[in-house]
Amino acid sequence: MIPENNIPKSWKKEELPHKFCPGCGQSEALKILGYAIDELGIQNKTIYASDIGCSLLSWNMFDVDTIQTHHGRATPVAVGFKHAKPEAVVLAFMGDGGGYAIGAQHLINACMRDDKITIILINNANYAMTGGQMAPTTLLEQITATTPQGRKLADFGLPLHGPEMLSPIASDNAYIARSISNDFWGLLTTFKKAINNQIEGRGFSFVEVLSMCPVNWKTDAQESINFVEKMAEIYPVKEFKIPEGLKC
Amino acid sequence: MTKELITGNEVLAKGALAAGALMMTGYPITPTTEMMMYWAQNCAKNPDLKFLQTEDEMSAGFAMIGAILAGTRAFSASAGPGNVLMQDAFSMAENMRLPTVAFIMQRGGPSTGTVIYSQQEVNLTCFGGNGEGLRIVYSTSGLQDLYDYAIKSFNTAWKYRFPTFVLGDGYQSKMLSDVEIYDPKEKNIEIIDAHPYLLNPNKTVDTYINLRNTYNLESELHEVLLNHKKAFRDIMPEVIEYEDIHTLDADIVIFAHGIVAAAAKDAVEMLRAKNIKVGLFRPITLSPFPRDSACQVLKNKKAILIAESSLGQFSRLVLSNLYCPENLRIYEMLEPAVGINSNEISQKVEEILKEMV
Repeated sequence: MIPENNIPKSWKKEELPHKFCPGCGQSEALKILGYAIDELGIQNKTIYASDIGCSLLSWNMFDVDTIQTHHGRATPVAVGFKHAKPEAVVLAFMGDGGGYAIGAQHLINACMRDDKITIILINNANYAMTGGQMAPTTLLEQITATTPQGRKLADFGLPLHGPEMLSPIASDNAYIARSISNDFWGLLTTFKKAINNQIEGRGFSFVEVLSMCPVNWKTDAQESINFVEKMAEIYPVKEFKIPEGLKC
Repeated sequence: MTKELITGNEVLAKGALAAGALMMTGYPITPTTEMMMYWAQNCAKNPDLKFLQTEDEMSAGFAMIGAILAGTRAFSASAGPGNVLMQDAFSMAENMRLPTVAFIMQRGGPSTGTVIYSQQEVNLTCFGGNGEGLRIVYSTSGLQDLYDYAIKSFNTAWKYRFPTFVLGDGYQSKMLSDVEIYDPKEKNIEIIDAHPYLLNPNKTVDTYINLRNTYNLESELHEVLLNHKKAFRDIMPEVIEYEDIHTLDADIVIFAHGIVAAAAKDAVEMLRAKNIKVGLFRPITLSPFPRDSACQVLKNKKAILIAESSLGQFSRLVLSNLYCPENLRIYEMLEPAVGINSNEISQKVEEILKEMV
């Protein structure tokens, strides 16, 4: 169902080109999300809530109703919308700062309450919008703007594994997975499952997407691929919770 | 219409119900918690009503925004540190013109322990957050006010689309009093419709709403803010409310709001019985402030007394809005974190009079 011009139907054509940096994995993930919206035929019943950070660049990327929120607060806005209007398909899009640091309490509690929303979180191992500072997901020894000597275990602890953290508190109705932005078909399937789980009224859905950030990683194309593949060794790409009977 | 003997928290919940509110979000905090309990009990009886107990007040504020975007008349309640946390959401609501409704029952700041007398959240409620203070704040003086303004706050918010607050205190929250409970229809109060901002069922298939609170250029935000300010200024004449008691022939005018104004009202009656010419000016809307009316009141007055349970938050608001005549004397009774009773106010007025002779 990929259109000939390669542009998802649910993307807002008049706002192209998108505002993400060249080589950014988020734009690829959002394109795949666009295909998922197209394939599921939910353009007219979806709301998409974006966070602050690079995710806000997607505020007018879609031809679906969208709301750009404050830092870390895409989750509670999505939760409130879903409670008020359960028939809507509610997506929240955020980075690793928005979901694992400044808005971590919202993510954990939405998961615990089994709120029937779909959260998509980009893990690019740094705070990209503000210039590449350390994120909870920054790898050990990774050099960032705030860890010039590399992230040290003694100072900042271990990198946060989000899906692994959420899975033990999630209900059996939850879908929790980690995927990677350069696996087109794998990510498309994961997104569709995470949205279908909501459409079928089952439970909380969460997808972490490993994503490239060449500008802040200061890597060329091949180095970027190498780095995100290294991330995948530390952050395993897999499904952590799959509810029984979930459609693909 | 019935008279009921109930606490302030229950009054507010009943007011929200009467106004057609369908959803409450919140995090328990004294002195507002019972409001939530009462709402949750109602939800158990009525499946149309929703309640979301959130992980903190940030979430409560933003989940309220989410519900409002879906077109649901939603509200929250908080106090003290909870009011601090909720300001992020109010800033978003202010800049996006979202009709949030919050019942703020002030408590002594900054942390915990004192939860009854306080007027220390005037600054925060009127001007909190990283915005310009384009908010509508009703300061209530008793339990009947709580009911009346709980209903009114939803209409104000959805009509004018600025964040709207009912500002009380722990004393009003916890106080038991008889209150006239009525259906707004009985008083010909029309309930303003709530419209969805997103997923409007009446939209045409090809139009999509992309709402944002982010701007590429400083000049874009500048223009948005100037438009908001103009809209706020335009609605001020319709929104501003105040109470004027015996100020016309008064030599001294007391300025007070909220529960302190209730004490001041009694003090005025006591002093008038002694033929002392004193009046009370009580702003009901702290924001927008009734500037013109307050300035009018000052004509031919000898002194004003500003009384509040705070160290000058209300006084600064008053003085920044008044064009004081040259010989007007200004006195203050600033009693942070404690109540002020009518005897104390009348005594202070008598002292001022002696001093002025």
